[in-house]
Amino acid sequence: MRKGQSWFNTTSVALGFAFLYAPIVILVIYSFNDSKLVTVWGGFSTRWYVELLNDQAMLDAAWITLRLALLSATMATILGTLAAITMVRFGRFLGRSLFSGMIYAPLVMPDVITGLSLLLLFVSIDIDRGFWTVTLAHTTLTMCFVAVVVQSRLVVFDRSLEEAALDLGCPPFKTFFVITLPLILPAVVAGWMLAFTLSLDDLVIASFTTGPGATTLPMKIFSQVKFGVTPEINAISTILITIVAIGVIAASLFNKRREVERQKAERLAMQG
Amino acid sequence: MVGPAIGPVRRAFAPWNDPSAKPFIEFRNVTKRFGDFVAVKDLSLKIYEREFFALLGPSGCGKTTLMRMLGGFDEPTEGSILLEGKDLVGIPPYRRPTNMMFQSYALFPHMTVADNIAFGLKQAGMPKADIQSRVDEMLALVKLEKFARRKPHQLSGGQRQRVALARSLAKKPKVLLLDEPLGALDKKLREETQFELMDLQMNLGMTFLIVTHDQEEAMTVADRIAVMNNGVIVQVATPAEIYEQPNSRYVADFIGDINLIEGKVASAGEGGTRLACAATGATVETNQTLTAAIGDEAWFAIRPEKMRISRDAPADPAVNALAGEVWDIGYLGDVSIYHVRLPTGATVKATITNATRLVERPISWEDKVWLTWSRDAGVVLTR
Repeated sequence: MRKGQSWFNTTSVALGFAFLYAPIVILVIYSFNDSKLVTVWGGFSTRWYVELLNDQAMLDAAWITLRLALLSATMATILGTLAAITMVRFGRFLGRSLFSGMIYAPLVMPDVITGLSLLLLFVSIDIDRGFWTVTLAHTTLTMCFVAVVVQSRLVVFDRSLEEAALDLGCPPFKTFFVITLPLILPAVVAGWMLAFTLSLDDLVIASFTTGPGATTLPMKIFSQVKFGVTPEINAISTILITIVAIGVIAASLFNKRREVERQKAERLAMQG
Repeated sequence: MVGPAIGPVRRAFAPWNDPSAKPFIEFRNVTKRFGDFVAVKDLSLKIYEREFFALLGPSGCGKTTLMRMLGGFDEPTEGSILLEGKDLVGIPPYRRPTNMMFQSYALFPHMTVADNIAFGLKQAGMPKADIQSRVDEMLALVKLEKFARRKPHQLSGGQRQRVALARSLAKKPKVLLLDEPLGALDKKLREETQFELMDLQMNLGMTFLIVTHDQEEAMTVADRIAVMNNGVIVQVATPAEIYEQPNSRYVADFIGDINLIEGKVASAGEGGTRLACAATGATVETNQTLTAAIGDEAWFAIRPEKMRISRDAPADPAVNALAGEVWDIGYLGDVSIYHVRLPTGATVKATITNATRLVERPISWEDKVWLTWSRDAGVVLTR
């Protein structure tokens, strides 16, 4: 396709990449800035990374965010998978439309509304707000994403596989764990990762539902920005970007390897 | 037209003719409804031990539903299903002594061939060493010893079919259910596998129930065939009976190729049947004893290969003969199929076996020909 690359294509690709990645590149570059001012280059330095390591409040916030994301993503994955199975497998039941509406509501609801309604709920039932309320809120928010991902996999799942397991003497509950779950696992994992990422970068809902002692990283960064940005923010952002990039690259490499293996296996099968 | 292969007479095995024989599987007045749709209508059927039984019919005729009810995947709305005299209704599939080979094979993609075959044995709690030897035995049976460690996606279609067969046989089920087992194979492999299935069934001495829409497949493998339509069984008989003595136009038309000539009963009884076919101008006489009133509507059904085609007029052109003109000739290699157009505009099919190499056709397009047949070449049908 080399021939087809006109100057127009090249320009639009360049502009597109610039639009998407220029802010990130600038952010990364300025994290190594020696100057205290974010916009003025004062020479290369890693001092903001050192400063970050000594900033206990920032590290605490990062630790809370990580624990919160792990916990809420796991809970959302379990609940979301169950919801997806109910939606796909139980056919028509009383209140099905209501159920599906409730599941998908957070998908379209503005975060502010979700956050506010959860806050009102927590206040009215008089729960101490903090780590657990944010965890519950994030589970509510991310569960619908897991349900959507898992549901799309279940819809194309060949049910005769489960019937074959039943036919061979495997009871339904065990069939789910030895046949269904291993086969829909990629979708469940994808749902978990989506939930994890969403929880990691949520600011709005966390701000509404949190209490003393449970400040998440996005909240911490946002509050610091209000007092003026130091390159320390750039440093922690760079670390986050690096973690995400490693995750994405690892996932795509893994998929690529599986694809290559699959093609090799198919060639092998063709040869008999 | 290639006549479908008639099931070989392998042994004197006909428990269905023995009134004292106990049925192995029995469907008693089974009805299955899905909402408003009636998939199976008040159906009764007896299948005997060691029988290779085929359910044949077009898609949507209820044959798969009937099999799934035996496997336990669907429960009958009414009626009962008995295996060795015990009612199966209400027993879930994982507690039934039946195993099924699925149309899609349903091999577990995340397990190796050996693990797929061992799956049912593990569920039954068989000791490890016994599982191993049973899996080896099954792999040898389907000639896949070298492929034990492969995953299903590393196998060809034919090999997958064998794994599915081995897996469903591993638990030695009382009945093996085969749901369109050869549908995904190409023609040549399908024909080979049909004969392998027959040998397997005979050697294992098991009862096989096959669902298929392929009439040649059913006729090749089965001891008896049930032809189904719209949730009811139209005829249950051996392949030869189904082909030679269909009980209705539906069966006659569904199995193989046939000419149906409409007429009215002119005489019936012990001496034979006489049919006046006004539309084609023919008079048909058969040796058949028909119970019908004079003037009743009836159809004469005759297979194309049982028609003789000739340029010379027969001795008695008034009975069992039709005159026409050759309209189309289809050359199929082993046989040629002639479409003969009658003066009335109707077309009748007749086949000629190409016993010698075809250099010049003895009968060609637009030739005036006579079609004749003997008194027991066809059957008169009243429905």
